[in-house]
Amino acid sequence: MGSIKLDGLKKAFGSQTVIPDANLEIADGEFVVFVGPSGCGKSTLLRLIAGLEEPTDGRILIDGRDVTHAAPARRKLAMVFQSYALYPHMSVYQNIAFPLKMAGEKADVIRVRVQEVATSLDLLPYLERRPRALSGGQRQRVAIGRAIIRQPAGFLFDEPLSNLDAALRVSMRTEISELHRRLRSTMIYVTHDQVEAMTMADRIAVMNAGRIEQFDTPLELYRRPANMFVAGFIGSPKMNFIEGARAREYDARTIGIRPEAIDWSIDSGKWRGRVERVEHLGAETVVHLSLDTADILTFRTPLDERLVAGRTIHVSPREDSIYRFDGEGRAIPGPKRNP
Amino acid sequence: MRSLRPTLFKAAMTFLGWAVALLLFFPILWTVLTSFKSEVEAIAFPPAFWPSGWTLENYFEVQERSEYFGHFLNSVALSLGSTVIGMLIAIPAAWSMAFQPAASTRHVLMWMLSTKMMPAVGALVPVFLIFKSAGLLDTLPGITLIVLVGNLPIMVWMLYTYFKEIPADILEACRMDGATVWKELVHVLLPMSLPGVASTMLLNIILAWNEAFWTLSLTAVKAAPLSAFIASYSSPQGLFWAKLSAASTLAIVPILIIGWISQKQLVRGLTFGAVK
Repeated sequence: MGSIKLDGLKKAFGSQTVIPDANLEIADGEFVVFVGPSGCGKSTLLRLIAGLEEPTDGRILIDGRDVTHAAPARRKLAMVFQSYALYPHMSVYQNIAFPLKMAGEKADVIRVRVQEVATSLDLLPYLERRPRALSGGQRQRVAIGRAIIRQPAGFLFDEPLSNLDAALRVSMRTEISELHRRLRSTMIYVTHDQVEAMTMADRIAVMNAGRIEQFDTPLELYRRPANMFVAGFIGSPKMNFIEGARAREYDARTIGIRPEAIDWSIDSGKWRGRVERVEHLGAETVVHLSLDTADILTFRTPLDERLVAGRTIHVSPREDSIYRFDGEGRAIPGPKRNP
Repeated sequence: MRSLRPTLFKAAMTFLGWAVALLLFFPILWTVLTSFKSEVEAIAFPPAFWPSGWTLENYFEVQERSEYFGHFLNSVALSLGSTVIGMLIAIPAAWSMAFQPAASTRHVLMWMLSTKMMPAVGALVPVFLIFKSAGLLDTLPGITLIVLVGNLPIMVWMLYTYFKEIPADILEACRMDGATVWKELVHVLLPMSLPGVASTMLLNIILAWNEAFWTLSLTAVKAAPLSAFIASYSSPQGLFWAKLSAASTLAIVPILIIGWISQKQLVRGLTFGAVK
């Protein structure tokens, strides 16, 4: 039980509108990621759902129940904060037990539940420790423990991994996905990291300037971005955008080509350019090429030692992988017109 | 030569530290020493540093002439009463200003502080007249009320500063976990700001204990705390330095002991958040 519906949700701080009009339907048990650049309103949207911010207009429904003005605790949602927000003066045990204690649960029930949760999160040896005596990953697990102990209808994660180092981030990512598979409850996860979004989400809401630009599965976002913002945000390195005569050839204001959809050759190809910079990542090489116009084209290719800065080469985009956008930046659907 | 300069500097600073400490402590030491002298020796010139014959006579006489213990109890009641009631008002006030600030919060804080910048004597006549018509002159509730009101701005300011140090995330987590405002206060906010709360209380106890202006103006016999009791030894009949010193020593000893025991806590609280 944990479907969440946002209906015309609006949030303004004074005269500044942060979320103009958010509409979203999240199914029960779904793992949804809000992704976008910093300041795009994704955290505000999460806080509105949590009840930590009061919406200016619109409604929030959880399981069909209108909770727009309900107190955070009454929404049956648990939240994991970026800073973990553990209670520093309490032991791990007391931190995890806190929500049950607030709910007036009996002491022996609490003890059993804390044991269960601590076991599932490998926290048993640390129950008596204070948060400051734990590592970052352990603190994160305590925060998760505190969230799951209440068996909430849904979980809200606010950039929970951004304080961890890269290796730990990967393993915690797996742990959270595993948690979702085990609990099958609704999760909303906010991040600015598109890799986290792509690897964890059932569906992703890509946000920009307070608007939800597109809400779809990771692969659909990659394959069929609704506009230039989504096309540029999903995928790494970023999609190449080319305007002018080359785009007009395809009947579009702008065309987009993913770095992985470009073939190159020394002596022949559609466009000619000079290699500006070569980044050897080991398994693959990322090449930045300046075309004879001002356009810079980035593409990735298997390691090849003939690719050196200053060399002139030829490239050809794969015709079936060219995205077309109109003057407003919206994707133009339909088959690509070959010249 | 190179290693001599830091050593010299350190020695000079140590000397300076001791000099300042002695300068500050000397009046207290002198009071205590004088309290063990005879009245004649106390006004002798040139003054003798050590009492020639250590005597407890002054203490006996002070206790005989004026009921020390009664005044002591008044001081305790005044300090604790104004502190406890003050905290009950200051904690909610500081909470709302720190966590639910309105556009005018900063102005309210400044306005509260500005009342401490006005000389208390400016309000004496109206306060005296109000107290007179309300029948509060020389009563414990009356003097507690005025000391409480006088110290409230400091308490609110201090608590506000400590509360501001608590990360907003933690209080939000608390709300997500289902805590009411009251539970949030009891289980999270107060334990987390304990050093600050303790030093606010301590400072207020000390301020109330040492309050002399209002106690001298608004109490006489029944409600007079130790600060008023000392002053009764500088009377129109003349100054009795030795007895005055004995009375002063008796008055400051309790607060000196409290201060001594809690100085670590007090310093920690007063510098809370200064170094992070």
